[in-house]
Amino acid sequence: MTRTPSTKILPSEITPPEVFFNRRQAIAAALAAGMAGLASAEEPQPAGAKLKYSQNPRYSVGDKPNSYEDISSYNNFYEFGTDKSDPKANAQQFRTKPWSVTVAGEAEVKGTFTLEDILKPHALEERIYRLRCVEAWSMIVPWVGFPLADLVKRFKPTSRARYVEFTTLQDPRQMPGQRYQILNWPYVEGLRMDEAMHPLALMVVGVYGQVLPNQNGAPLRLIVPWKYGFKSCKSIVKINFVERQPQTAWNVATPHEYGFYANVNPAVDHPRWSQAKERRIGAAGGFFGKRIDTLPFNGYANEVASLYKGMDLTRFY
Amino acid sequence: MNVDRRYRYVYKPLVFIACLTPVGWILASGFGLFGWSLGPDPVKFTLHAIGKSALNILLITLLVTPVRQLAGWPHVIRIRRMLGLFAFSYALLHFTIYLVLDQELDYASVIKDIAKRPYITIGFAALLILIPLAITSTNKMMRRLGRRWQTLHRWVYVVAILGVWHYYWQVKRDVREPLVYAAILAVLLGYRLVRRMRKPKPATSTSGSATAPERT
Repeated sequence: MTRTPSTKILPSEITPPEVFFNRRQAIAAALAAGMAGLASAEEPQPAGAKLKYSQNPRYSVGDKPNSYEDISSYNNFYEFGTDKSDPKANAQQFRTKPWSVTVAGEAEVKGTFTLEDILKPHALEERIYRLRCVEAWSMIVPWVGFPLADLVKRFKPTSRARYVEFTTLQDPRQMPGQRYQILNWPYVEGLRMDEAMHPLALMVVGVYGQVLPNQNGAPLRLIVPWKYGFKSCKSIVKINFVERQPQTAWNVATPHEYGFYANVNPAVDHPRWSQAKERRIGAAGGFFGKRIDTLPFNGYANEVASLYKGMDLTRFY
Repeated sequence: MNVDRRYRYVYKPLVFIACLTPVGWILASGFGLFGWSLGPDPVKFTLHAIGKSALNILLITLLVTPVRQLAGWPHVIRIRRMLGLFAFSYALLHFTIYLVLDQELDYASVIKDIAKRPYITIGFAALLILIPLAITSTNKMMRRLGRRWQTLHRWVYVVAILGVWHYYWQVKRDVREPLVYAAILAVLLGYRLVRRMRKPKPATSTSGSATAPERT
């Protein structure tokens, strides 16, 4: 990616969503004459249903995306089992409707919202992002969603809100993986406020223009493309604005292996394996996949490196 | 059919074919036969399947002596060498897949991995120990080494411990399956320990090797 003006902008200076929207609408209108254009996601649909969205080339990489099959059958979603094929096998009966999200903590607007209420004001866009797993494999995924920043602003976090904490549903009857204490359920993840407000942080409801398959974190998940995949909390039921750094699932499980920040960093190895390279999964990397160099911040350094200026990234891994 | 012929023409060929099934399964999956596939990450799938097969066959090799003693099948020892050599072959294939398909012959990276990553270090150590055991598995070497042959081949216990440890250490979080392997290995080694402690006199003739001559 080329260096963009966003690099030097402080999180507090990020364009307000209304302006941002108009800008995108203008781009969309210019680019997508004859295309679906912008539309809001009024009603949550079953997995696979077509979504209305615009494309956002500004935040898309040029690499060939992985197939829908790869993306929906090779998943780390321990709530449905620890094998990569478990989530697809065990999540088919998962109920994503009705769904509600509780907003709590240091914010002016709080309460429990239906998924419909959460999604209503947001126009959906497609962004083709890199996805880098902490296990040293990667994919290219065409997500459909909307900026997390736009959602956060609706809740008017107070000045005490320094972090946003996300929680995945806990329901061992539906999520067989939760019957074992592999992790300390429910799964909790979190971002620093400026990370959450960064335009690359995306709330996702779909992939390949369709409603997310359950195994990919339906009906509402986070995608933070410059961090290892486990930071991107799935099937979110709670958004909590907090003052203290959240106790995140993998960090609690093995603190010396998984830090709170978990920024993709080829220079900082996992204690048990190297992070210098990654295997691009599936057809995108040839029959056997292809080992490629891992990029700092997963290739988004121009956009996000400034968030961590002055921080020792080997300490805050 | 007498015992010799049964082993030669029935049991050994059956064990041989059984030991080849993991490779057959991988090949069939690779070619998409029977609706099987290697999944989105074929290298990892193959690497893990072959590695686990090495461990499985190694543990079955360690089962031969207890079965022989407990079931009273003295001749079952005749399939042990074949099992041991298959375990070695799968371990070697596992390493080859890691070297060629996973690391794409990036020798610098492989050497760094072996030196820096404890689970790879111990896995590689296990493979190295298996090499002299495989080389000395011939009848000729057995005769030449005499009693020392058995002492040398006791290193297989170390290999098994390193192998299970290697598996345990590379799992990200869910260690249930490696723990099952560890439990099975503990039973197999515990059996030998208990038997050894119960017998004040070492009885070489029943301690595992059919061929190691007793020195008088």
